[in-house]
Amino acid sequence: MNKLIYLDNAATTKIDDVVLDKMLPYLKDDYGNASAIYQLGTKAKDAVENSRRVIANSINANFDEIIFTSGGTESNNTAIKSIALSSKKKHIITTKIEHPSVLNVCRWLESKDYKISYLNVDEHGYIDLNQLEELLKNKDVALVSIIHANNVIGTIQDIKKIYSIVKKYNSILHIDACQSYTKIYVDAKYADLITLNAHKIHGPKGIGALYISKDIRFKEWQQGGMQEFNKRAGTEAVALIVGFAEAVKQRYEYDKIKELRDYFVEQITEQIEKIKVNHDPNGLPNIANLSFYGVEGESILLQLDAFNIAVSTSSACSSKILEPDKVLLAIGLKPEQAHSSIRFSFCKYNTKKEIDFVIDKLKIIINKLRSMSPFWSE
Amino acid sequence: MYSEKVIERFKNPRFGKKMDNYDGVGQVGNPTCGDVMRIFIKVKDNKISDISYQTFGCAAAIVSTEFLCEIALNKSLEEAIKITNEDILRNMGTVPIEKIHCSILADDALKEAIYDYYKKNNIDIPELLQEEHKRITMNH
Repeated sequence: MNKLIYLDNAATTKIDDVVLDKMLPYLKDDYGNASAIYQLGTKAKDAVENSRRVIANSINANFDEIIFTSGGTESNNTAIKSIALSSKKKHIITTKIEHPSVLNVCRWLESKDYKISYLNVDEHGYIDLNQLEELLKNKDVALVSIIHANNVIGTIQDIKKIYSIVKKYNSILHIDACQSYTKIYVDAKYADLITLNAHKIHGPKGIGALYISKDIRFKEWQQGGMQEFNKRAGTEAVALIVGFAEAVKQRYEYDKIKELRDYFVEQITEQIEKIKVNHDPNGLPNIANLSFYGVEGESILLQLDAFNIAVSTSSACSSKILEPDKVLLAIGLKPEQAHSSIRFSFCKYNTKKEIDFVIDKLKIIINKLRSMSPFWSE
Repeated sequence: MYSEKVIERFKNPRFGKKMDNYDGVGQVGNPTCGDVMRIFIKVKDNKISDISYQTFGCAAAIVSTEFLCEIALNKSLEEAIKITNEDILRNMGTVPIEKIHCSILADDALKEAIYDYYKKNNIDIPELLQEEHKRITMNH
């Protein structure tokens, strides 16, 4: 069996060796509680605060505007629930292409009698700015929550423009930057709350951050000790925090990753007929999303897995919900096209040799599955 | 998620191909739900002498039609009508609960193929099969 070819980097990434090396001392000898004031404790505290500076600087924020959380899901939950539950306004605007950690929080708020508006997107996944402005005109909107770069199709929203619209009507903007962080510039100047995480950028799982602008009123969501400026209680996960900051310090060459992605898409669409490109070519550099006419996503995924190639499908059959992916439907795909989609997401460890191998295998797999498909006649 | 038996058969399918000059064909499912199955049969001396399928769907869908074909091959039409999704599941080992509908679909596709054969050849259609046909065409 060949070595694993990992093309699911939008799901999670391999931890960088440099990152792991920085973390290990805090898991072994430097295990102190950062709240303790003896040396072992202050060592941990210093590590946490230095890391906080790294994260803050990376998005042009102040040191005390960053709180650490357990990851993207917690940051999204915290941002939306804290604002919604402490606001007199009971209307939240989000989009039809959010991650479940935003979508399902909004659904929960709906059950608590909040009004949620889901913005439409065009065929590339860009939100309807006119609709956003119309909705804001009622001045009853507590929060606007928008995914910065989409996890399925990579579309990057014009946050600067969105922020100026939101501010015109005095509302609050939260952006989920889990996929975009460090790949493109995320700027605290253009958001009130920003969700960040580590494991999409070769950092450890279980750690994320939330940027909370000092200009907004924020009610803590998780109560307990005084950690994180009294905004998020819980003993600091020192090793994870250190790993997070180290991952942010690495400057990966996303131009090279984009080149590889573009090479893959160019070759595969040339060598296999009837492929629909679903991702936004101007979006994230590392995501390709393709529909292979006539074959179902999960069957492609498992055939690739047999060659030790890891990809992802958002198609219904791979999950317990028998509906096609909502993002792909939102950009106008027919259900059968959505069922036929595969997401390939790249990272710095991928090589051209790997990509050529994947293309070779895909040709065989798609041919085979199409010959078995009722939608592929002759 | 899937048993080794399912994965093994999924990697090496034996019946997944289009059939020319078939005697009966049955299709069930719809692309919106992500599963479409088409079963082809050849009938000789009232027996299924050849069988194949074309399936759009997940591994469970493809392998369900695989095992269905294996079970039905060389059976008399009367026996083939009596095949149930339980027979298919027994061949597949453990199957995630949300994939059980795949085995039901496969079974339905065969019934539709036999119905098609009877109809084309003006053979009296057994009452059981008529009822099944009604149920299947209502569901899909």
